[in-house]
Amino acid sequence: MTAPAIRMQGLKKNFGASEIIRGVDLDIHRGERHAIIGPNGAGKSTLFHLISARLPVTAGAIELKGENVVGLKPFEIARRGLSRSFQITNIFHNLSVFENLRCAVLWSLGYRYSFWQRLAGLKDARQRAEAVMEEIGLSRRRDTPAGILSYAEQRALEIGITIASGADVILLDEPTAGMSNTETEEAVAMIRRVTEDKTLVMVEHDMGVVFGLADRISVLVYGQIIATDAPAAIRCNAAVQEAYLGTSLHSENAS
Amino acid sequence: MNSALFPRGRLLLWGGCLALVIALPLVFKSGFMVSLLCQMGIMVVFALSYNMLLGQTGLLSFGHAVYYGLGAFITMHTLNLIGKDGSPLLVALLPLVGGLAGLLAGVVLGYVTTKKAGTTFAMISLGIGELVAACALMFPGFFGGEGGVSGNRVIGKESFLGFTWGPQVEMYGLIVVWAFLATVAMFALTQTPLGRMANAVRDNPERAEFVGYDTQRVRYLMLILSGFFAGIAGGLTALNYEIVTAETLNAHTSGVVLLMTFVGGIGFFYGPIIGAILITVMQIVIGGMTHAWLLYFGLFFLFMVLMAPGGIASVIAVQHKLWAAGLFGRMLPHYLVTALPVLVLLAGLIGLIEMGYALLAGEGVGAGDTATRIMTVELHLNTPGPWLAALATAALGLALTRWIGGRTRVAWNASLSTLHGDKT
Repeated sequence: MTAPAIRMQGLKKNFGASEIIRGVDLDIHRGERHAIIGPNGAGKSTLFHLISARLPVTAGAIELKGENVVGLKPFEIARRGLSRSFQITNIFHNLSVFENLRCAVLWSLGYRYSFWQRLAGLKDARQRAEAVMEEIGLSRRRDTPAGILSYAEQRALEIGITIASGADVILLDEPTAGMSNTETEEAVAMIRRVTEDKTLVMVEHDMGVVFGLADRISVLVYGQIIATDAPAAIRCNAAVQEAYLGTSLHSENAS
Repeated sequence: MNSALFPRGRLLLWGGCLALVIALPLVFKSGFMVSLLCQMGIMVVFALSYNMLLGQTGLLSFGHAVYYGLGAFITMHTLNLIGKDGSPLLVALLPLVGGLAGLLAGVVLGYVTTKKAGTTFAMISLGIGELVAACALMFPGFFGGEGGVSGNRVIGKESFLGFTWGPQVEMYGLIVVWAFLATVAMFALTQTPLGRMANAVRDNPERAEFVGYDTQRVRYLMLILSGFFAGIAGGLTALNYEIVTAETLNAHTSGVVLLMTFVGGIGFFYGPIIGAILITVMQIVIGGMTHAWLLYFGLFFLFMVLMAPGGIASVIAVQHKLWAAGLFGRMLPHYLVTALPVLVLLAGLIGLIEMGYALLAGEGVGAGDTATRIMTVELHLNTPGPWLAALATAALGLALTRWIGGRTRVAWNASLSTLHGDKT
């Protein structure tokens, strides 16, 4: 029996006196697509920040593939095969699209802090970066500085950087936020493609995306998980409807 | 796929530059010019090493002279340690000792300074710089007190391939070799995984952590390597002047290298080269012509920060783009026409500044012959004539600059929009 991709036990996070995450117990299975939904301010992004070590944990345990990761630094967690995207685009603005992706693959290919190898000579890094660029559909923007890409392109690059390292646990924080319907459809297809055979955890507000993509859904309300289940069961869950989803679920059913 | 470090175009450019710097002393034979060229070569290495921090890693250091100065002192002590029985070959290799001293200083001091980035780094680098500068006065045994440490670069009985490093022009040759090697090495570094990740850390340290990189380690390594090259520059300066004083590692030297790098342009590899050459010329040439040179220098820096914050290299880059788009020919007449009133304005301002400085220095106010020579012109500063003339020139220049400059700006904006329109 392999350990779950991510296991959270009694996870808590306080900001001063206010409790944002109030005891979360959750197992993310390997290879599943797991969505975390909940009303604004429920602590979804904070939960991501705790898992990826952007914020220190107040109490509780987080295990990544059976290994305790509380107290590790973000780069140490990244090296253990967990990669995340950000709600607010977080890319290397002055570097080209290609350079952004190449930066994202260097560590995983073992080049570390090398100052004795020429980048241009690293075929595997170039090929991997180009493959990701193809997957996210930005090949024709290869040499464009990331800072002047369109919003949707920057969001695609954001996901590209996240998956480029080949991490097997991917956290996506609102990957389709701010996108038009067409852009969202393309993004969902892309996410489905690039997270094949990987564990995906995502925070998302667009219920169409959530119910279309997720194998399981967890509902986070005021820092606690009130339900974790398959999408169909979440739709019918009375507590969930009461707490948060009532209206939007009905409209989702109606459409 | 052009994957070579030196593809043909770049090879030509670098070869051309090397040929130029080798040919320069054949044209400028005077001792003054050769000394000037030597100082330039040293400053080019120093400024490039500084830009490894500022431009490439995004670290604003106020204490980079520490690595330069320590490199210089260690080189000088090593030179004196070798003594008369050494050989010119050993002397030629001494800048490497300076480099290793700078590297070691980076290993020790950088461990503290690079814990944090941003303002914290700037403040700690300032503090460490002051600390080392204070040490220089506290330990005269090593730093030589106010007189500094001196030595003689001509040692040994035999020459090395005919070189003794005695004549200044031979020293220039040595500087060219080291400066060229260091520049190639620093450029090559920008093309490595560490060099690229330094850019990533500069742009977005948070994301760099999430792709697996310890940003603190990246900053630390870049500082150590930067210290190495600063130390080489320090070693060269020790050999060149045959004296090292505490001034080489104080805040003023750190400030000058920051200004050079910034004026040249931190966003381009070659920017600091331009800045180092230009500021060295200003320091030595204009510094020799007028007491007011620091004021001119300050005004020039102010002008650059306000008008071309990307430095001279960014101005060149834009012109190059215009050239490639066939728009440069359209802009050239505008540049020339604008240059005229700017020169008038400058003439007026320089007149005012020079007369003001002369007056402050107490010239032209005594009894009897009160004529003062300013730039070969005899002026009577106690009469309103010269003042009014300078003021009128400046005012005319300003008015014309505003008028013609406005039209140039319109043409400039039109060219830029054409340029960007072509691209998309």
